[in-house]
Amino acid sequence: MSDFIEPRKSSELDINSVPFVEVNQPGPASLLTQAKGFWVTFSTMFKKNQTVQYPDVKAPTAPRFHGRHQLNRHPDGLEKCIGCELCAWACPADAIYVEGGNNTPGNQLSPGERHGAVYQINYLRCIFCGLCVEACPTRALTMTNEYELADDKREKLIFEKEDLLAPLRQGMLAPPHPMYPGMTDTNYYNGDVKEAHPSQQGQN
Amino acid sequence: MTTAELLGTDPGWIIGVKAVLVFGICVISTLMAVWTERRVLAKMQLRTGPNRVGKFGLLQSLSDGVKLALKEDIIPAAADKVVFIIAPIIATAMCFMSFAVIPMTGEVNLFGHQTALQLTDLPVGVLYILAVTSIGVYGVVLAGWSSGSTYPLLGGLRSSAQVISYEIAMGLSLVAVFIYAGSMSTSVIVDSQHQNIWNAVVLFPSFIIYVISMVGETNRAPFDLAEAEGELVGGFHTEYSSLKFALFFLAEYVNIIAVSALAATLFLGGYHAPPGLGFTEQWLGGWFTFFWFIAKVNLFFFIFMWLRGTLPRLRYDQFMKFGWKVLIPSSLAWILIVATLRVMQQQGANRAVVIAFTAGIVLLLMAVSSLVDRNKAKSQEPIADIDNEAPDFPVPSLPHLRSINVSGGQQ
Repeated sequence: MSDFIEPRKSSELDINSVPFVEVNQPGPASLLTQAKGFWVTFSTMFKKNQTVQYPDVKAPTAPRFHGRHQLNRHPDGLEKCIGCELCAWACPADAIYVEGGNNTPGNQLSPGERHGAVYQINYLRCIFCGLCVEACPTRALTMTNEYELADDKREKLIFEKEDLLAPLRQGMLAPPHPMYPGMTDTNYYNGDVKEAHPSQQGQN
Repeated sequence: MTTAELLGTDPGWIIGVKAVLVFGICVISTLMAVWTERRVLAKMQLRTGPNRVGKFGLLQSLSDGVKLALKEDIIPAAADKVVFIIAPIIATAMCFMSFAVIPMTGEVNLFGHQTALQLTDLPVGVLYILAVTSIGVYGVVLAGWSSGSTYPLLGGLRSSAQVISYEIAMGLSLVAVFIYAGSMSTSVIVDSQHQNIWNAVVLFPSFIIYVISMVGETNRAPFDLAEAEGELVGGFHTEYSSLKFALFFLAEYVNIIAVSALAATLFLGGYHAPPGLGFTEQWLGGWFTFFWFIAKVNLFFFIFMWLRGTLPRLRYDQFMKFGWKVLIPSSLAWILIVATLRVMQQQGANRAVVIAFTAGIVLLLMAVSSLVDRNKAKSQEPIADIDNEAPDFPVPSLPHLRSINVSGGQQ
């Protein structure tokens, strides 16, 4: 419809008169209606308040809340991260920095050829969108529910690999150590490795 | 013995002690009032409010005060230094002064001396309160003017216009009390209510007008349009910081407590117990009357908080219209009625005459209100000139549409 209205020049406008349009203005509401408003605030005083006493009481987050990242491990303790940098490329805020490194017989940090040698996430930049988690081909990078990410120095908010790595659980061995005997990186990927083999211990 | 005679026997040191007590009561009740207001408003919004400093957050306002005092005190380069410093002092001092004539207890024993907790009793006590609160407006105007900035000046002028307008309605609502009690002394007004019945019952319209105008007078929500934290920078005290700001803050709350105390004194029987609980007045050697006084003041303070929690802010023109066109005329009419009834009573008029007069007033009111209603119904009829074919988007004015001339020039 608005296409049919011709634009008018300002010289044609008569600024001395404006079209008179009656606007429906309801008068003040009845006294009872106004008293109802007062009742709302008064009765609210006796309702349970919604404040969470945060530092004392920490309400659990939603299960899929995007919190601090975590670099996961295979069940035998080897790191899942292969240093492919796909997370860094996916990151819209340029918050992730990765340097890959070669796995050598004496320094096997992850199954296969490569591991992440340097892994940094800058939480001053991170927007917690989770695109890095979607990009990760080995499910090495996931997010935890931890949200208390505040500090007094900028440097402290750049998390290094050791800050992000998942803790060692039952049956895990601290890398570097060789791969499970008879298993390839594909077996690792398929989840065939369930725990560390005794022969993996103390070989470095 | 009247209160004035009782206070007349006070030695100098008792007057000094009472002055300190009145000052202390004002300051402590301000601290408590800030805390109470924040807690109660929070409750009304399903929040908790300050609860971390001290038990239940009771020391929150004290720590806020300390913080304010330790902040940097900035005096703008464009400010008129002397006036800039004097303004908050005027505002605060006047609020405290109005407390001097408020009777807070009945006859009590203060350090072995029979007296009442009231600093002084003037025959024109209530007029004195109106006078000092009017001088308090100077604090606001001078603060706005001396800041050397546009917005504080505008805010100061608005605030003072507001306070002055509502002081008229407030003063008029008090006239009925003076007529009824036959005195302007606060203690005599309290006594007359004790002998008869609370003024809030007999002079109910005055009471309502006073309560409305005391909210306007103290620049509080919903009449806080000159300060409007959410929309403006802060009105007249925009340029103030540190202790000078704290003084304005203190003045605002002392003022609220002062008008609440005046309302309790003039309309709710002052320090006397509510009807039926008169025996409590002898408890603690008469000091229990102080509890009743505080309870009544807190009742009014709760109304302040309740209003703030419920009502949105008024527009400036609505606010002024309400003050000048509703409150002042209606309180004038009410004074006429009260004065007539009072004179009839004093001249010993026939009961039938009084009833006839009252009935006449009621009939007149009904007639006026029905006329107003009819007028309203007429104005709500649709105007025939406007055609319903007009589309609902803005279009240029058409020749057959009625138009109004906004500038007064030729059509």
